Formats: sequence, C-alpha cells, structure tokens
Amino acid sequence: MPASRISDKRPWTFYALATLFGLFLLFLYGPMFVIYVLSFQGPNGGVTFPMVGTSLVWFREVFEKGQMANLPVAFGRSISLAAVVSMLTVIISVAAGLGFRRRFPGSGVLFYLAVASLVMPSLLVGFGIGLGFQFLGWQPSLFTSALGAQLTWTLPFGLFAMFAVVNRFNRSWEEAATDLGANAWQRLRHITIPILLPGIIGVAMAAFTLSYDEYARTTLTIGPKNTLPLEIYALISSATSPTLFAIGTLTTGVSFLAITVSLLVVLRLQRRRGRTLAKVG
Amino acid sequence: MNTAPLSSILPVALRGRPAAASGPRRSTRLPPWMVSWFQVGPLALILIVLFALPTTLFLIVSFYDYDRVGIYPAFLLDNYRELLTTPATWRVYASSLRFAFIVWAITLFLGFNIAYFLIFHIRNNITRTVLFLLCAIPFWTSGIIRTIAWIPFLGRNGAFNQLLMGLGLTSHPLTFLLFSDFAVIVTYVHLFTLLMVGPIANSLSKIDPALLEAAVDAGASRWRTMVDIVIPLSKTGITLGSILVFTQVMGDYFVVRQMSGGQSASIVSMLSTEIQAMQYPPASANAMVLVVFVAILVAAMMKIVDVRKELVK
Repeated sequence: MPASRISDKRPWTFYALATLFGLFLLFLYGPMFVIYVLSFQGPNGGVTFPMVGTSLVWFREVFEKGQMANLPVAFGRSISLAAVVSMLTVIISVAAGLGFRRRFPGSGVLFYLAVASLVMPSLLVGFGIGLGFQFLGWQPSLFTSALGAQLTWTLPFGLFAMFAVVNRFNRSWEEAATDLGANAWQRLRHITIPILLPGIIGVAMAAFTLSYDEYARTTLTIGPKNTLPLEIYALISSATSPTLFAIGTLTTGVSFLAITVSLLVVLRLQRRRGRTLAKVG
Repeated sequence: MNTAPLSSILPVALRGRPAAASGPRRSTRLPPWMVSWFQVGPLALILIVLFALPTTLFLIVSFYDYDRVGIYPAFLLDNYRELLTTPATWRVYASSLRFAFIVWAITLFLGFNIAYFLIFHIRNNITRTVLFLLCAIPFWTSGIIRTIAWIPFLGRNGAFNQLLMGLGLTSHPLTFLLFSDFAVIVTYVHLFTLLMVGPIANSLSKIDPALLEAAVDAGASRWRTMVDIVIPLSKTGITLGSILVFTQVMGDYFVVRQMSGGQSASIVSMLSTEIQAMQYPPASANAMVLVVFVAILVAAMMKIVDVRKELVK
C-alpha cells in the first residue's frame, strides 16, 4: 500500500528534517540566549563573559536619557514612523495588489520597478534621496525623507506579499456580490477586505517590523533626530555596554507579547468566520 | 475612519457587464485598465519619485567633477576610470561575491529543507504557525543587536568555546571563530535564512500533496519525486529567496565591518566612507557600478525563472 506509506508512518526523512530544524532553532536562539543572560550583567560587568554579579542596571539604562543616546525618545520616533509606514504600506500595496489582478498598460514596467526597488542596496536608496534633498535645499527629516526611503523597501515587499494573498482569492465572491446588487464600495468593504484580512494583517506586521529595524536606508535620510536602530549603532561605535543586550531582551519580550496578541486576534477572526459560514451553510 | 477618501483610493474594479443588467447604478464606467491605474497609482508615484528619480540623480552626479569644497556639473568619466582601475575595488567585489555565493548555498540548503519540513511534514496547522513564528521572533530584534550577539557567543571566552572546552573537545579556546570570514558567514546565515524560508514555503504550499502520492504510486523514488516534481514547482520561491539573499549580502553595510575584524571590506562600507567624506561624484560612480552589477545578477536569475508569470496571474 504505497499511499499509506506516505500518509501514516513517518519516513526517515521526517526525522532527518526534524533534526535539521531543531539544530536551526538552536543556531537561531543560541546567541540570543547569550544576549538574554548578559543583559542581567552586574553593574561592573562588560559585554562578554564572565558575569560579574547580576543586576537590572542595564534595563534601567535603557529607559533613561544617556550621555551617548536618548533611547526612549528614539524608540518613540521608531514606533511612530513604523506605524505610519505600516499603514501606508497596507493601503497602497493592497490597492496595487488588487490592481495587478488584470493586465494594464505599463504593468510590466511597474512590476520591474518594484523588483528593482526591492533589490537596490539599501544605503544607495538613502544616498539618492539624501542627495535629492540636498539639491533641492530641503532639510531631511523623519516623516519626509526617512519615511520615503523606508517606503521604497516596504512597498515592494507588501506588493509581493499581496500577490501571494490575492492569488488565493476566488473572484467569484466578488461577482456574486455584484450580482446581488452590491456597489463597488460595499463589495470592497464587505467581501474583498474581510476575505483578504489575514493577509493584510500579515503585510501590516511585516511592514512594521521592516521599518522598526531599518538602518541602512534611514541613516542618510533621517536628519538630526535618530531612530532607535541609529541610536543603537551610535552606541556600538562609541562604547559597548550590556545596555544593547537589555534592548535585545526587551525587544524579544515585547515581540513575544505582540505575536501572541496578533495570533489570538487571527484565531478569533477565523473562529468568527467559521461561525458565520456555519450559519450561512 | 472616514470612508470617503479610502474609497477614492481603492476603486474596486467595475467589470464590463451590459449596462442593462446592472440596474440603476451609475452608468459612467471606467475601462478596467483605468481602474487598475487608479489602484496602482500611489505605488507607481512613490516608486518613481523616491526610487527612480534619486537613482537617476546619482547617475548624473557620477559624471560630475569635484574637489574638497564642492561638486561641479560636468561630464567626466574620471570617477569611473579611477574606480575601475583601483585593485581594491576588484578585491572588494570578489570578496563580496564569494560571501554571497557561500551564504546563498547555505541559506538555500537550510531554507529549502526547513520550508519542506514545515509544509509537508507538519500536518497540524497550528503547530506549523507556531514553528514559523519561532523562526520569525529573533527577526524582530534589531539586526544590529543580533549581529553583535555573536561576539560574546563566539569570542575567546565566549559561550561556544566554554561549551567545547567543557565537553573536552578542545583544550584551548578556538580563535578563528570571531572576527574572521567564518564569523561573517555565520552572521549572514543567521540574518538571512528566513528570507529564503518564506518564499520557498509559499511556493511549496501551493503544491497539491496528491501530486506527490501519485508520483510514489507511479513508482518514483523519493529522490526522483523531489527532483522532478517538488523542485520544479518551487522554483519561483527559490528564485525569489535567492534574489533576496544575494542582494542583501551584496548591499551589506554593517556585518562585514563589524564581524570581519577589519580583514574584509564590503562594497557599501567602502562607498559610505566616500559619502562621509562628501565625495559625492566618486561615491555615485561606485553606487552606479554596484547597481548595474546587482541588476545583471537579478536579471540573470529572473531569466532562468519567469517570476512575474508565476506571481501575477
């Protein structure tokens, strides 16, 4: 029975790949755990082993305005920039994803423009925009040049993600809505968006992450007020202290929290949809 | 949220059906291609203004003349000549390409196998999501912090050496682990494997498992199923992942500088030194050469697999 060989007993490849996956997770988390441990380094300890006592000094340092960097303010900037980037990316790339469902004059050019923008070495994008601002005599800042530089990275990403989402979307849902007398707005609001919602949330999260972590595009377009990654970079080049590791520990903690929350939201959405479908059926 | 502006951004397709069938709604219909133009308009505008124009700008500046005080409009090929006749340029390109190839091979192997494991071997959807997220969580910590995380791990008194000595595998701490090409490659793999897993998993998830069972029923070995069915059907994901990893390594700014201990340089860190010195014309020439180089690489990869045909249906 060849069919049962596939579906019931685990083949040896399963164990081989499971081992590889486990090793990969170890590889992924190994240095992270070192960070977590070292972030509790004692007040006289450094960025390497051995531990010199334990303390929470470095966490306190994260929340205070330091001599080298003002992390809380930079964090605030990063978060608000990431929120704006994420919102714009969702609106623009969902619209574009829907637009790309049919051929239109210039679709090829736009597709390759998006590919080019995605693969362009990051620092060069910032260099080009910074140069442009300099020529125009404008001052680069958070919500002008830096926002623009990040969009050249998050938008193509969002667009490609939307291709994957839209490909799985069955157009007959929309046709049914039209046949039942829905206008364009009702169809978008009640049919298209709800069906695409899990994918849209994914795009929003990805864009937020990409923006929050972005360094190379932002460095030449940010002007005088740094985002968090730039402050971190400044800290590295001046004096390394376990403060950086405390940031890593905090980020991971917050990430776990955020992922758990969004997972619960997605699960709830799915359950609600399941209920609605069950009611309809 | 105010709905009016959103609806003007997102006019959904009005399909070309007979006007009589659509009842009392407005009869002024846009042709479908124009609706598409409205939908992709914002994207096109942003990419043109913030990507195409700045790129054109440094193409122009790359021909400019410069001195210590400023830059001057000109049409000189000197910036390119200087760049391409410097042995250091070729050395940096060669070393970046070498890194890119090694990292590409490792991430492709890891990425493909992990994606295959998650898609075909994990049968429970929730388990799969949780395992995916486990891979993604370190990605949320700043790449800079994840890079320097390797320093206490690989260093002389680092966790890895302690572990090896604790197990009695070595009596002296290994020193080649940190501030070496090895450290650079490890860091790249750590940072970029996920870029390979994502697109490949997306491709694999579209393969109907019945296809694999049919292949086994028809007598194909596991290896033949892999080579003749799975790999051809996942080539879009493989290509996209390869493009992402390759271009990330070629455009790297930070890792080589931090992890090689000054033994290697990257193209972009060389370039950023020129930018900091305000030598914009040679920096622009350097940037143009890198852009052309990356463009040729990506075009070659997309020539092998028509990504567009697969993505935009």
